[in-house]
Amino acid sequence: MQYNKRNENGFSIVALEGDVDFHSSREARQVLLEIVKEKGDMLIDMSKVEYIDSSGIACLVEAFQESKTAGTKFGLVSVQGTARRVLELARLEQIFPIYSSISEIEAS
Amino acid sequence: MTLTNVTSLLTHEFMAHSGELYNIRSLVRRAADESGCSEGCSELVVIAVNEAIMNIIQHGYQSNPKGNITIKIKQADNTLIIQLRDFAETVDPAKIKPRDLGNIRPGGLGTHFIREAMDDIKFLSPPDGVGNLLQMIKHIT
Repeated sequence: MQYNKRNENGFSIVALEGDVDFHSSREARQVLLEIVKEKGDMLIDMSKVEYIDSSGIACLVEAFQESKTAGTKFGLVSVQGTARRVLELARLEQIFPIYSSISEIEAS
Repeated sequence: MTLTNVTSLLTHEFMAHSGELYNIRSLVRRAADESGCSEGCSELVVIAVNEAIMNIIQHGYQSNPKGNITIKIKQADNTLIIQLRDFAETVDPAKIKPRDLGNIRPGGLGTHFIREAMDDIKFLSPPDGVGNLLQMIKHIT
């Protein structure tokens, strides 16, 4: 897994890339929780995520819950392919705020 | 159950280390595709196998990378038979339960994914009584 982080229009945008699995999810968790700790509004760009397993989903759930507790915004962007399938299996596609693109959020 | 036209698609032994998961997913995907699984069916097989191996690494071997795991995938007509063998402490299947999906919290989804993705799952008796032998069945669609 690789990631890059940038700030845009008041959001910390984390673009995850590759496979967010049991081997890499600890690093993903650290990155996401660090943003929550900084009280930042967070968007996770999932467009280049090729695979995510239950440990990766656990990171997203934890960051989502911590964001709610901190009163900051949280959203997923461009969830596709296997990542969307896994979210659906977990019945989380109705729980997480999911946007088709960054521009959709900027327009809303 | 009498199996006919049984073909071996994959036999692979590997260490119980999370770094192996990427390679295993590729091998499983190739075997599922070779069997005639649709893209969606192959995806489910990969998800289930990945989660089952994670469980073995994390709970069976307690993340000790010295453990061994063997995966075998066979095809019998329109069915995939996937077996995972480990040499960790014997699992009590009654204790393996998915979490309530309505209770949103990190973790506890792996078993749910396996049950959703597969048509049948059971623990068989390993040949020499040591470790665990998990068998998962998927009808090829």
